[in-house]
Amino acid sequence: MVKNSLDNADSLGGQALDPAAPLLEVENLHVEFRIEDGVVKAVNGLSYTLHEHETLAILGESGSGKSVSAQAVMGILDTPPGFVTAGQANFRGVDLLKVSEEVMAKQVRGQKVAMIFQDALTALNPVFTVGWQIAEMLRKHRGMSKKEAKEQAIELMERVKIPDARDRVNAYPHEFSGGMRQRAMIAMALSLDPDVLIADEPTTALDVTVQAQIMELLHDLQQETGMGLILITHDLGVVAEVCDRVVVMYAGEIMEDGDITDVYHHPAHPYTLGLMDSIPRSDKHTDRLSPIQGAPPDLLNIPSGCPFHPRCPFVRPRCSEDSPVLSDIGRDGHESGCFYWEEVERDR
Amino acid sequence: MSDDPLYRDSSIEGSSPDAATVEGAVEKGDRSQFAMGTAVPSEMVVDIEKMAERNARTASLWTDAYRQLRRKPIFIISAVLIIIMIVMAAFPILFTRIDPRACNLSDSLLAPSSEHWFGTDLQGCDYYSRTIHGARVSITIGLVVTLFATSIALVGGSTAGYYGGRVDTVIARLTDIMFVIPFILGGIVILSLFPTRGVAQVSLVLIILGWATMLRLVRSSVMSVKSSDYVDAARAMGGSNFRIITKHVLPNSLAPVIVYATITVGAVISAEAALSFLGVGLQLPAISWGLMIATAQHRILTSPHLLLFPGLFLSVTVFSFILMGDALRDALDPKLR
Amino acid sequence: MGRYIVRRMIQFIPVFFGATFLIFALVFAIPGDPIRALAGEKHLPQTVIDTLNERYHLDQPLWKQYGIYISNVFHGDFGIDFRGRPVADLMKQRLPVTIRLAGLAFLFEVVIGIGAGILAGVRKGKFIDYLVLISTLIVIAIPVFVSAFLAQIIFGVKLGWFPVSGVRDGWMSYVLPALVLGAVSLAYIARLQRASLDENLRADYVRTATSKGLSRRRVVGIHALRNSLIPVVTFLAIDLGALMGGAIITETIFNLPGIGRAVFEGVQRQEGTVVVGIATFMIIVYMIANLLADILYGVLDPRIRYD
Repeated sequence: MVKNSLDNADSLGGQALDPAAPLLEVENLHVEFRIEDGVVKAVNGLSYTLHEHETLAILGESGSGKSVSAQAVMGILDTPPGFVTAGQANFRGVDLLKVSEEVMAKQVRGQKVAMIFQDALTALNPVFTVGWQIAEMLRKHRGMSKKEAKEQAIELMERVKIPDARDRVNAYPHEFSGGMRQRAMIAMALSLDPDVLIADEPTTALDVTVQAQIMELLHDLQQETGMGLILITHDLGVVAEVCDRVVVMYAGEIMEDGDITDVYHHPAHPYTLGLMDSIPRSDKHTDRLSPIQGAPPDLLNIPSGCPFHPRCPFVRPRCSEDSPVLSDIGRDGHESGCFYWEEVERDR
Repeated sequence: MSDDPLYRDSSIEGSSPDAATVEGAVEKGDRSQFAMGTAVPSEMVVDIEKMAERNARTASLWTDAYRQLRRKPIFIISAVLIIIMIVMAAFPILFTRIDPRACNLSDSLLAPSSEHWFGTDLQGCDYYSRTIHGARVSITIGLVVTLFATSIALVGGSTAGYYGGRVDTVIARLTDIMFVIPFILGGIVILSLFPTRGVAQVSLVLIILGWATMLRLVRSSVMSVKSSDYVDAARAMGGSNFRIITKHVLPNSLAPVIVYATITVGAVISAEAALSFLGVGLQLPAISWGLMIATAQHRILTSPHLLLFPGLFLSVTVFSFILMGDALRDALDPKLR
Repeated sequence: MGRYIVRRMIQFIPVFFGATFLIFALVFAIPGDPIRALAGEKHLPQTVIDTLNERYHLDQPLWKQYGIYISNVFHGDFGIDFRGRPVADLMKQRLPVTIRLAGLAFLFEVVIGIGAGILAGVRKGKFIDYLVLISTLIVIAIPVFVSAFLAQIIFGVKLGWFPVSGVRDGWMSYVLPALVLGAVSLAYIARLQRASLDENLRADYVRTATSKGLSRRRVVGIHALRNSLIPVVTFLAIDLGALMGGAIITETIFNLPGIGRAVFEGVQRQEGTVVVGIATFMIIVYMIANLLADILYGVLDPRIRYD
C-alpha cells in the first residue's frame, strides 16, 4: 500500500499540515529531568530530519538521551520530572510540542506517529488479550465494531507474520514468545497506518536470530507503506543493513550524523571511531578489542565543552571550553561535532 | 480478618502486601532480560566478583536509605514517639513517681485533676501512673514477640524459599495451617488453656499465632532474590548453601522483612491489648492497657477518662510503629528510587 | 484454569485437616479428664458427663476422636453443648446476624475503601492523597475495641444517630458495628488500592497505551485500574471470610447475637465443645474464602493460570 501524503487529514488541531515539509523535523530539542539531586540534562540540542521511505537510526549508549527524545516527540514524557525546555518537533510543519494534549491523543498518537518499545512483555498490558489490545485502536479511533476490529486485528497479525493468527488473537501477551510479542506490538503500532514509526530498541530483548527477523519485518513493512522509520538502538550491527542515515548521540548531544555507510566506513568523530573499534568485526582481524576509556557521563554534571572530552583520545584544550558545533564535512550531509574531525578521518 | 490485628497493617503495599500478591509475583517469575548490545564494552566489563559481592550494593541501599530517612518528617516523628514509649516502658520512674498500686478506695473514680492528672480508677489508683506503667508490658511483648516470630520466619522462610521442593511444601503447608486459624479465635482458644497468663505465656501464644505471616513474607522475598543473577554467580564461585543464604540471599531479602517487622510490633501490641480486653490475655494484677480498657467498658459514659487515656496511649504507640514501618518502606523500596 | 483450581484445592486438604485437628487437639488433648477440664469450675451432673463422654468418644485415642468428630462435621454435626443441644442449632440461630454484619461491613470496605484508594492513587501528592494516607493510618492504629467504644459514645450516645446495642432496629442496628468492623480493613484496602494504582500508573504498558492515542481517562480507568484491582480484590475475598469468621469483639461490644459472640460466650462459660464446634465452622469458612481468593486471582490475572 503506497503512502500518499495527501491521504491523511490535512490539519492538526486547526493547523494545516504541509505536504511538502519533511515528515518529521526535530530542531534543537532540549529535555531535562528535575529531580531531588539536581537537574539531569537528558537531551541537549538534538536535531534531525526524517522523510518518507527513510529509515533513520539514533545510535547511542544507555543514558545518551535517545529514548527520551522520542518520548518527548510523542508527548509521552513523564512530566514531572521530565520537561521539554526548548526545541521543536515538526510533523509536516506542525510543531507537535505545541499541540494540545487532546489533539495529540485524538489525532497524532497512533495515527500519525506510532511507537514500539523495547520489552514487549512489559509494554503490553498483561491482563488483556493481544487481539483486544490491537483491536482497541481500531475501535476507539475508527469506531469499528468489536467484530470488525477483531477481524482486522487478525489481518494485522497475519501481516506481521504471526502464525495461527486466528487462534492467537485470543491469547495473552505472556503466552507469546519474545519475537512474536514484538511482532504483535508492531501490528498494534501499524494498525492505523501511521506516517512515522518510532522503534525504541525493538530488538534488544530478543535473541540474535529473532532480531534479524524483526529487522527484516520492519524493513519490509516500511517498503510497503512508505512510512518514515526511526530506529533507536545501541547496537551498531542491528542498524547497519536496514537504515539509511544514522545520528550518533552521546550525553544528549549529536556527535555525528550522516549516511550510514559513510559513517560506518569513514567515522569522523572520536566517539564513533571508538564505537567501531570496540566491537568485534568479521572484516577486520584484531587481537584485542579496544574499549572506550573512562566511564559514561554523569548526566547531573555533564562535562564542559564537548561532553566526550574526558574520554577522548584526540582531546585538546579547546574541547573542554567550547561546545561542539555540527559542521558539514561533505559527502551527502555527513556532519561531525568534533573540532578535529580531519585528524580522526586521517587516523583511520 | 478485621479482628486480626496481626494481619491488619499498612504493610508493604506494592512490593509485598499480602501473601497472595507476593506469591503471585514470584510465580510469574518476572525477570526482564536485557541483552547487552555490542556498542560499548567499556561499561560492560562484566566483573563476576563485583556481581557476586552485591553486599556492597546492599550497604549502599542501607546508607542511602538512612540518609533519605533522616530528612523525612514521618521518620523523625515516629522515631521520637517510639523512643519515648521505650523509655516509658524501661524507666516509668522518669514520668511519674506515684506508685500505680498505691490505691485508695476513697479516691475511687475521680475525674482528672491537678492531683491526679488522669483521674483515678475504680480502686482509687492514680490513673496517670497506671497508664505510664502500662507501657512496659505492651512494649515488652511487642518487641519480644516480634523478635522471636521474625527469627522463626527468617530461618523457616529462607529454608523454604531457597531449597524449594519438598522442604518448601512441608513448611508452606504448616504455615497455611496456622494461617487458616483466625487470629482472635486462635488466641482465645489457646490462651484459655493456660490457667495463669503472664507476659511469658501471652508472648508465647502470640509468637505461635504470628510467625506464619512473617514466614510467608520471608519465603516470597527469598524466592525472588534467589532467582537473581548474583546468586547464580555466587553459586558458580562455589560456596556452601549456608554461606550463600546468609551472605547473599538474606541480606538482600531483608528490606521487606524489616518493614514488616516494624509494623508487626505495633500489631502485636494491639493484639495483646485486644486479648487482654476480652479477658483471655494478661490477668490482674498486671497493668495492661487492654485490661484497663476492659474494666473501663462498663463506665465509659460516667467516667470516660478510664477509656480515653489508655486508649490514647495504645493508639499512639501502635501508630508510631506503623508510621515507622511506612517510612522505612518508602526508603527501602527500590521501585520508588 | 481448571488445573490450577484443582491444584489449589488439593493443597488445601492437608491444611484443612491440620487446622481442624489442631483446634480439636487443643481442646480435647489436655491430659486428665477433658470434660472436667473443659467444664472448669462448673459442676456438671454425672449424666451430662456421661453423655458428653459418649458423644465425643473420649475413651478412644485422640486421633479416633478427631476422626469421628470430623466425619460428623461433614454431616453437619458440630457437636453438642453441655445441655445436650446441638451446636449446629446454635449456629443456625446466630449466623444470620453475623452474615448481615459482615455483609454490610464488606460493602463499606468495597465502596469506601476502593473509592478512596482510587482517588488517592490518581491524585498522588495532592491534598486528597495525604488526607487518605493519614486518616487510614489513624484508623489502622486505633484498636478495634477502642474505636468501637468511641463510636458508641460519639455517634450512638452523644449524637444519637445510631443504636449502640442489640438488633432491634433492623438494619440501622448494624450500621455502626459494620463501620467499626470494616474500618481497619477499609483503611487497609484504601492504602493497598492507592499503592497498587500508583505502581501500575508507572508501568510500561501505561506508556504504550498513551502512545496509542487513548484518552487519559481510558488509560487510567481501564488499563491501569484493571491491573491495580488484582491484589485488592484478592485481599477482599480473603477478608470476607475473615469477617465472617467472627467479628468477635464487635459483636460483643455492640451486643449483637452472632456466632462471634457465641464463641466468646462459650469461652467465658467454659463450654469447650461449643468453642470447638464454632471454631471448626469458622475455619472452614475462612478456608473456602482463601480458596475463592486464589481462584479469583487466577481469573483476574491470566499470567498465573497456566503453569
